[in-house]
Amino acid sequence: MIDFSKNYFALFDLEPAFQIDLARLEPSYRALQAQVHPDKFSSAGDAERRLSMQSSTYVNEAYQTLKQPINRARYLLSLHGIDTQEETNTAMPADFLMEQMEWREAIGEATEAADAAALDHLAGKLRHATHQLHAELGQKLDQQHDYAGAAGAVRKLRFLDKLREEINDALEALET
Amino acid sequence: MALLQIAEPGMSAAPHQHRLAVGIDLGTTNSLVATVRSGMSIVLNDETGRPLLPSIVRYDAHGHTEVGYAAQAHQCVDPHNTIVSVKRFMGRGLKDIPHANEMPYQFIDAPGMVQIKTCAGIITPVEISAEILKTLRSRAEKALGGELVGVVITVPAYFDDAQRQATKDAARLAGLNVLRLLNEPTAAAVAYGLDNASEGIYAVYDLGGGTFDISILRLQKGVFEVLATNGDSALGGDDFDRRIFCWVLEQATLTPLNANDTRLLMAKAREVKEELTNHPETRFTAMLSTGEMVDLQITSKILSEITQSLVQKTLAPTRKALRDAGLSVEEIKGVVMVGGATRMPHIQRAVAEFFQQEPLTNLDPDKVVALGAAIQANVLAGNKSSEEMLLLDVIPLSLGIETMGGLVEKVIPRNATIPTARGQDFTTYKDGQTAMSFHVVQGERELVADCRSLARFELRGIPPMVAGAARIRLTFQVDADGLLSVSAREQISGVEAAITVKPSYGLTDDQITSMLSASQSFASHDMQARALAEQRVEAQSILAAVDAALAADSALLTAPELSAITASQRALQDTLAGTDHRAIKNAIEALNRATENFAARRMDASIKQALTGQKIADLST
Repeated sequence: MIDFSKNYFALFDLEPAFQIDLARLEPSYRALQAQVHPDKFSSAGDAERRLSMQSSTYVNEAYQTLKQPINRARYLLSLHGIDTQEETNTAMPADFLMEQMEWREAIGEATEAADAAALDHLAGKLRHATHQLHAELGQKLDQQHDYAGAAGAVRKLRFLDKLREEINDALEALET
Repeated sequence: MALLQIAEPGMSAAPHQHRLAVGIDLGTTNSLVATVRSGMSIVLNDETGRPLLPSIVRYDAHGHTEVGYAAQAHQCVDPHNTIVSVKRFMGRGLKDIPHANEMPYQFIDAPGMVQIKTCAGIITPVEISAEILKTLRSRAEKALGGELVGVVITVPAYFDDAQRQATKDAARLAGLNVLRLLNEPTAAAVAYGLDNASEGIYAVYDLGGGTFDISILRLQKGVFEVLATNGDSALGGDDFDRRIFCWVLEQATLTPLNANDTRLLMAKAREVKEELTNHPETRFTAMLSTGEMVDLQITSKILSEITQSLVQKTLAPTRKALRDAGLSVEEIKGVVMVGGATRMPHIQRAVAEFFQQEPLTNLDPDKVVALGAAIQANVLAGNKSSEEMLLLDVIPLSLGIETMGGLVEKVIPRNATIPTARGQDFTTYKDGQTAMSFHVVQGERELVADCRSLARFELRGIPPMVAGAARIRLTFQVDADGLLSVSAREQISGVEAAITVKPSYGLTDDQITSMLSASQSFASHDMQARALAEQRVEAQSILAAVDAALAADSALLTAPELSAITASQRALQDTLAGTDHRAIKNAIEALNRATENFAARRMDASIKQALTGQKIADLST
């Protein structure tokens, strides 16, 4: 049905790179699901149905991995044999940690003041910072092939993800 | 010699013959059956032309059943044996059913799912639902003139494993082949999307008799991709009836009622609610068994006021779904209204205000789910080229596993597109450990105690190894019906264990609801507890650092500077006794400010010392 040994990029007929054409990924994803989804095999035999479920699961996993920039970077690094060491490597540059503290303070102040507009503004700023890191990842992965540097950028993205969660939680708490 | 081919009943050997398939909306209040005829999805009416089948079943002493309008007619005279809203009991234990003590049934608290004692004996919710399904099946087979190949049955998007399994069991009991369990909002989107050839992002607001779902979908070229779903599986039109009922009790100052009168007033409440959809005011009149007459004037304004909080309760999940989808209100192209309860004008107003646009109501909100299910059934039965349509749905709540300390490790996050699978590796924590037990849970909270327990199982026969050497890979698989199976395998020895999560361990509506609202309202509580712990740790480390600095270099400070620092230290010590993380944070900041100059001076001193040392070292070589 589908070749499970293919890497996710090859599955969607894309070059393995951080900068991918999302406008090409989506139609490929839909086209693949249209072939393998369990709905297409509802009157097939058990074995075929099981294979359909596994294939559809694989395609979903591949799509989610490539769609999210952080997952895509992590996956790309794993193809190069690089572990991003997100749980073990906690040594971050001092200026980055400083920025983190500033973020946290700003979020804390906005949360304390129950200021939804300020939180929204911070969310916007955070999106901007995230995009910058994505651009940096593109440079490091696709142009400079600086995989160690890219792994560092992935670790940074993890921090930004946590900040986003924090802002969302704070906004949610304000709504209830 | 040629073999003669015989087709299975209902299954045609000829490739182009129409295979009979229907979509069934098994609703809390009403159920429907629909099919696709000549390319059009239509609801199949009963012999007197009525499309709805009230989801009511009455049992008599001879073991006979009445289903639908016939049962409805007896609900007030025989409330103990006439079961309404059975959907609320599917896959639920007694403790999970809200207001169970006010219901006229003799519940039996059986493990996993309640049972009801009737004059016909002990009946399960699965059996009661099967009666409704059997009635719809015979209606469909009469109308279509043959046996059904299969059915698509709709379930609320927030239905969990137990509820989905129970629904599937009821279908099996009714002799139906389930092609797919389909989420109700998705079914509605199919009916709408294909009818209007729509493209873009749509929200489906589905307020049924007993459940609320909100789904955000992207419609593109026949692909219906659910981006996020949320809801409240114990909130529906029934709750609006209850508010009216309570209002009547209060206004008419009625003493406790018997079961018959309670049922009578609840039924009246529903009638009044429906009348207020088209009339600004109406009368609530009922004659109680005591001969007492209830006669009250009720306006749509009163209804709106007494149910305002219920309407608000639907908007919190709506916001959450939008956020999970990463979308803002402006990006929603259309809002589809589903479920009879969305006929209430004040709900339509609230939804219009929230989404800043008039919701779509051009399809009958009672029928749209069944119509969509029929379209899907037609495709799955192979009558239509399936390339034209693809449904990509999601799981509503995260699935996880209990880890050390009663914490939940999420394995599959909510809103993951199904089918999906995820593996997680675990290891032994004792030397020679040969077994490991797993606890599968569902929910968004961090503690196991706050999530819903789905199943427990054990992996035995792990070869004895030193702690941490075994590699146990746990795999969660959710199929296209949203049903979970879990397997565990020790990678080195190949020892395996697998389970399909069984209904008896299912999540309850009530639990999901309270879990969700808890997750929302306790999000701040969880955060505060964490923040407090973090601040305390930070405070202790800074106090220790200042103590050490003072012990070493207090000579660098003037007397007033020293006393300012010690005062700040004491202030921080004091806040540590309390539980206000903000106070601790502020005190930490104050101490930081008080020690700023001191730190700078110490830095200078140490640099000087280092330079001096360097010089000495230089000199010594």
